[in-house]
Amino acid sequence: MTIQEPLSITDIVDGLKHKPGALLPILHAIQEQFGFIPESAVGIIAKSLKQTKAEIDGVISFYHHFRTSQPGNHTIELCRAEACQSLGSRSLEAHAKTKLGIDFHHTTSDRKFSLDAVYCLGNCANGPSVRINDDIHGRTTVDKFDRLLEEYSAKSVSA
Amino acid sequence: MTTRIFIPCDTTALSMGADKLVSIFVAEAEKHNSTIEIVRNGSRGMFWLEPLVEIETSNGRMAYGPVEAQDVASLFESGLLTGSQQHPLALGLTEEIPFFKKQQRLTFARSGITDPLSIADYTSLDGFKGLKNALKSSGQQIVDEVKDSGLRGRGGAAFPTGIKWQTVLDVAAEQKYIVCNADEGDSGTFADRLVMECDPYMLIEGMTIAGLAVGATEGYIYLRSEYPVAHRIMNEAISRAEQAGYLGENILGSGRTFNLEVRLGAGAYICGEETSLLESLEGKRGLVRAKPPLPAIVGLFKQPTVVNNVLSFAAIPFILDKGGKAYADYGMGRSRGTLPLQLAGNVKQGGLIEMAFGVSLREIMEEFGQGTYSGRKLRAVQVGGPLGAYLPESQWDTLVDYEEFAAVGAVLGHGGIVMFDETVDMGEQARFSMEFCAVESCGKCTPCRIGSVRGVEVIDKIRAGDDAEKNLELLGDLCETMLDGSLCAMGGMTPYPVGSVMKYFPEDLRAKSISKEVQL
Ligand SMILES: Cc1cc2nc3c(=O)[nH]c(=O)nc-3n(C[C@H](O)[C@H](O)[C@H](O)COP(=O)(O)O)c2cc1C
Ligand code: SF4
Ligand code: FES
Repeated sequence: MTIQEPLSITDIVDGLKHKPGALLPILHAIQEQFGFIPESAVGIIAKSLKQTKAEIDGVISFYHHFRTSQPGNHTIELCRAEACQSLGSRSLEAHAKTKLGIDFHHTTSDRKFSLDAVYCLGNCANGPSVRINDDIHGRTTVDKFDRLLEEYSAKSVSA
Repeated sequence: MTTRIFIPCDTTALSMGADKLVSIFVAEAEKHNSTIEIVRNGSRGMFWLEPLVEIETSNGRMAYGPVEAQDVASLFESGLLTGSQQHPLALGLTEEIPFFKKQQRLTFARSGITDPLSIADYTSLDGFKGLKNALKSSGQQIVDEVKDSGLRGRGGAAFPTGIKWQTVLDVAAEQKYIVCNADEGDSGTFADRLVMECDPYMLIEGMTIAGLAVGATEGYIYLRSEYPVAHRIMNEAISRAEQAGYLGENILGSGRTFNLEVRLGAGAYICGEETSLLESLEGKRGLVRAKPPLPAIVGLFKQPTVVNNVLSFAAIPFILDKGGKAYADYGMGRSRGTLPLQLAGNVKQGGLIEMAFGVSLREIMEEFGQGTYSGRKLRAVQVGGPLGAYLPESQWDTLVDYEEFAAVGAVLGHGGIVMFDETVDMGEQARFSMEFCAVESCGKCTPCRIGSVRGVEVIDKIRAGDDAEKNLELLGDLCETMLDGSLCAMGGMTPYPVGSVMKYFPEDLRAKSISKEVQL
C-alpha cells in the first residue's frame, strides 16, 4: 500500500480549476484537507482563477461554513433553529458554552473542540441536534452532550 | 435459513445510534448460531421509533423500535428472528403501524423499503419506468404530462412546474441547465434529505427526465453542506447510475446525454433562494439577483435553466410512469397531488407524512403526531420554515392547501410543521426571526439588512418594558418597510412570523413590560 501524500494547495486548485464555477469546490477541497482556508491559499486561487484576492476573500467571508483559522480536533455545531428550540436547544447552548468555556466561533485552549452555530441539520423531529465532525446526534440532552464530549475527547484526530 | 434484518441508514436513524447496532446484531446472531443478512435500508420516516429495526418474515416485515444497543440481547431471546411479538419493543407489521398506514405515499413509496443504493431494488419497485417513457416521448409531450399533473413547485413558491419547463423548452440556446435546489434550509424540514438518503435514484431519474424535456444535458444538485450523509449517498448513486447506463452519455442506448454533479453549499440560508443559489454555483457570493429576467430564460452561466426543489423533481418519475392525471387525482382545489409534510419540533410522533392536499393541520398534529413530546399543552405551530407564520389554536383546522393557508396569512412553504408547547416564549421566537434574518441576509437591500438588526433591538426594548407602546408601533412600521422594500422573501417574509406573534400572542411581547409597569 502506498501512503498518499497530502495534496498541496496548488495541486488542489489545479485539479479543480477547469470546472465551471470552480471556486466553491476549490474552497471545500482545501478546507477538507487543512481544516480551514489558509491565508496563503487566497493568492494561489486568485491567480489561478484570474480574480482579485479581494474577490476570493469576499466569497470566503460570505459563507458561514468556511473558516480562516485552524479549528480544534473536533468541530461541534449546535443547531440553533426553531425545531430544536422547541426541544430546549437554548439551554443546551448555554450549557455547552459554559462547559467548554468558549463562545461560538472559538476553540478551547487545549485545542480539542471548536464550537459553532448551525441553522438546522435536517434532524428536526429528534432534536436538540448536534453535529460533531460529520456525525449528527439527536435528542442531545445536557447529559448526552457531556457524554459525547468524553467520547470525542478520547479520539485524538477528527474522524 | 438466512434472516434479513433491516437497519436504516438515514441521518435521523444514525443520530439515534443505528450504526452501532450493526456489529451488535452480528455478534448476537453468532451467539445464537443464526445466519443473518443485514440490509441498510432507508428510513420509513417514523422518526420517534428510530432506530426502527425490521425483520423479514413470510407474513411481511415486522418492526421493532426504538432499538438501543442494550435491547439486542433480549430481542434475540424473545425470538425476534422469527418475527415474534413478545418483546416490549415489538410493533407488529411495519405497514400496519397507523402513522404509516394512513399515508398516501406516491413520492415516498419506496423510502425505507429498499436499500437506497441498490438499482435492482429501485427497478423492482417501478424505478426508471418514467425515464423509459420519457425516452420514447418528445420534449413537449413530457412537459404536457407535467402540466396535466398540476404539480406546483415544492420549494416554497408553489409555481406550476410544467409552465416553468415550457418556458425553458421554448427558449433556443446552445446549452441549458437543470439545477436541483437541495439547500433545504428551513427548520423543521427533512423531506429533501430523505429523498437523497433513502431513494436517490428517484431524484436522478426526475432530473434526467427534466433534461430530456427541455433539452438540457448538464445538471447540478446544489446540496447544503449540513447534509454529509446525503452527500455521500447521492455521489455514490450518481456513479452507480452512470455505470448502469441510466445517466451520462447515451442513456439506455438512446443516444441522449445527461450529466449530473453534486455541488456543496456552504452554510448560507439565502443560497436556497434560486438566484442566490445560481450565483453561488457560479462561484460567487450568494447575492440575490433582481427578477426579471427569470432563471428560466437567463439562469446558470446566463443560460436558460430549470431550477426546482428536490421534491418537485422527485414527483416526476411517478408522473411519467403513471400519468399526470393519476397524480392530479389526489388533492384539492389548485393544490394537486400529495405533499410530503414534515412533522417536527416538540412532537410525540414526528416524521415524514405524505398525504394528498386537503388534510387538516390539526389531524396531522393530533392523529399522526399524538400531541407534544413533552406531554404539555400545544401552544403554537410554525408552518413553512423560518419565514412562515406562527399559528395559534384558532387556525389549526386550516386545511393543507396553498390557498387555504394564504387565506389565514400563513404559508405551507416546503411543508415543515414545527410544534411548540406552552412553555414557549413567543416574544423570544419573534426576536429569533429578526435575528435569523440579520444573520442570513445577503445584504443587498437596506430594509432587510438594517431592518432586521433594528428589529432585534426594538423587540429587546419591548421585552424590557422600555417604552413598549411606542416600540410596538415602531416594530409594526419596521415590518411594513421590510415587507414592501425587500427584493426577496428573506426580508419580505420575516414580518410573517413576527407579525403573527404581535397579532396572536401579544401577551408574550408585552409580558415583561406589563409586569414591570405593575411593579411600579
Ligand atoms: C430566502 C429563501 C430561501 C429559500 N430556500 C429554498 C430552499 O432551501 N429550497 C428550495 O427548494 N427552495 C427555496 N426557496 C425557493 C426558491 O427560490 C425557488 O422558488 C425554488 O427553488 C423553485 O423550485 P420549485 O418551483 O420546485 O419550488 C427559497 C426562497 C427564499 C426567498
Ligand atoms: S431581502 Fe434580504 S436576502 Fe433578499 S435580496 Fe434583499 S438583502 Fe438579500
Ligand atoms: S431545527 Fe435543529 S435539526 Fe432542524
